[in-house]
Amino acid sequence: MSQTVKKNLRVLLLSVGLAAVLHGVIVPMVGPFAGKLLTDIGMNIILAVSLTMVNGFTGQFSIGHAGFMAVGGYVAGLITYYGAFFLWGSTQLVPGFFSPGVGLFVVACLVGGLVAAALGYLVGLPSLRLRGDYLAIVTLGFGEIIRVVLQQTNDVIFSVDELRRASFATLVTSVGGALGFTGLPFYTTAFWVYVFVALTVVVAYRLKFSSYGRAFLAIRDDELAAEAMGINTTQLKIRAFVLAAFFAGIAGALFAHEIGTTLNPRELGFQKSFDIIIMVVLGGMGSISGAVLAAIVLTLLPEWLRFFAEYRLIVYALVLILMMILRPQGLLGLHELWEQSWWPRRRGKMVSS
Amino acid sequence: MTKLLQTLMDGVSVGSLYALIALGYTMVYGILQFINFAHSDIFMLGAWGAFVIAQCLGLTLPGAHAPLWAAFAALGGAMALCGTMGFVIERAAYRPLRHAPRLNVLITAIGVSLLLENIGQLSFVFGTQPQRMPALFPDTTLCTVLGVQLRLVDCMVMGIAVTLMLGLQWLIFHTRVGRAMRAVSFCPHIAALMGISVDRIVSLTFVIGSMLAAAAGVLYAAKYPGLNQSAHPTWILLGLKAFVAAVVGGIGNVRGAMLGGLLIGVVELFGAAYLSPHLRDLYVFSLLIVMLLWRPQGLLAQHRLEKV
Repeated sequence: MSQTVKKNLRVLLLSVGLAAVLHGVIVPMVGPFAGKLLTDIGMNIILAVSLTMVNGFTGQFSIGHAGFMAVGGYVAGLITYYGAFFLWGSTQLVPGFFSPGVGLFVVACLVGGLVAAALGYLVGLPSLRLRGDYLAIVTLGFGEIIRVVLQQTNDVIFSVDELRRASFATLVTSVGGALGFTGLPFYTTAFWVYVFVALTVVVAYRLKFSSYGRAFLAIRDDELAAEAMGINTTQLKIRAFVLAAFFAGIAGALFAHEIGTTLNPRELGFQKSFDIIIMVVLGGMGSISGAVLAAIVLTLLPEWLRFFAEYRLIVYALVLILMMILRPQGLLGLHELWEQSWWPRRRGKMVSS
Repeated sequence: MTKLLQTLMDGVSVGSLYALIALGYTMVYGILQFINFAHSDIFMLGAWGAFVIAQCLGLTLPGAHAPLWAAFAALGGAMALCGTMGFVIERAAYRPLRHAPRLNVLITAIGVSLLLENIGQLSFVFGTQPQRMPALFPDTTLCTVLGVQLRLVDCMVMGIAVTLMLGLQWLIFHTRVGRAMRAVSFCPHIAALMGISVDRIVSLTFVIGSMLAAAAGVLYAAKYPGLNQSAHPTWILLGLKAFVAAVVGGIGNVRGAMLGGLLIGVVELFGAAYLSPHLRDLYVFSLLIVMLLWRPQGLLAQHRLEKV
């Protein structure tokens, strides 16, 4: 095993340990409300970091991230709800830290991510051949189409008799319509959220500091020049986009199984996509630690601003506008947290920029 | 046959509203190459502005026929209000970012959009409740041709929209200011060298675009009197469809925006009438994707070569 792989595995294992501590010690300590905030932060980190791969690294502009989230969420919901019924005859939650239900849930998250990635490929293929704002327009249209189609689906089937008789096609189209996919088991815990956070961040980090990542950044800075250097721009843009869609799908699956949220199409419209874009830009385009930081701050900001009551969102909007005018490069710019000038660093260690 | 004609008529009526909004998107994009996401909120402001003006004029709810001057007062007032707003927004939020990366301007636009929506939600502005717009035009049917009802509202909508679009056409292609606008959209640097004040032209573009959106808002409120509260997603959705119209027609192209608006309106209403009324948004966005696959530069725009 090469040095890098070992190092990454070590980081991942460490993160799993940290996630377990978070789940087992910190969440019970801070109570359910802060616990939910903590899982919300985790999901937003996954979303922001995955969108950074597209918006930050390759400089393409996608406004349909919530659409991929919805796809992942609904696919995972189908598996944990109807799939569970066919596996063990009940749609209820199977309790336990490592119960078969949890296993099914993790599989569902991954499958949700894969389906979202496949759709990302279909959406990205035509639009990423073009240069400019076309991806923005197409992803916007895609997100809206997903929302409209989901709103027209049938109600969720609750009764056991009907479930037994239902065909596959009926089940796939019975995901709740405009009311949302209700009755999903609440498998999402801080542990699983942060395991996926770790996976996302490590993948993003390895990507950024690899030859792939360099090619991405070259595309972002000057697409024509990158092409002249022999970079297959279309293919690389599609890869970044598909990867981002995969993680968005996982975040959607986590969102679907969280306590206190309902997976409904209205929730995952363009407003949600805008929220994620704001995190990416605020963090600094292309900075992973910046995206993480921005996801944390922007999840907590509305809570802090509760003090302003009905002026809350006005203050939020003003902060956003002022931030863009006064610090256009975002919190960290392209650089990571540990590449900032004020960060204490060991002597002799060169930091790549 | 009657249904076909009626749908066509409704489609053109709605489409002319989309066209009015799309003009603002396309003019800003033509000059600054950025998608002004706050434009749909200017449209919302136009509708609500007309509501407030109508209330100030003492127009009460049902039945009472407003005098014709009241409708035009509401129209003019809303256009003046939104024109001013457009000017202020460009000056305060977009101009400091003229040379920033485009994404920053976009985020700022989203911020402005959030700001307008939530200021509108305040209790002393428009409030959080939906309202019913007083009838600006008497609800009469002018005549019936081949079973198609020609309602006064639809006639006014189309008449005012067409007048405004002809006015814009004249302004852009037959006046000095219009020539300056075209020059700036062609190349701002060289336009500046030719003695054109680029900042002033950009301001003017925002003012004109906002006034057209305001007119669309007033006409929309006259046609569909149920006004949603200012932060309701329908406003943004309508704006997005108008943006689709601008893209379909060829973004940056004024005539394209008019054509695209009409096309989107007709496609949406034909889909709603003949396929399924629940999937209206689906037709519009599917048209967008088909269009981008087949002719990404839009119906009327020339394909531009990118220069290094």
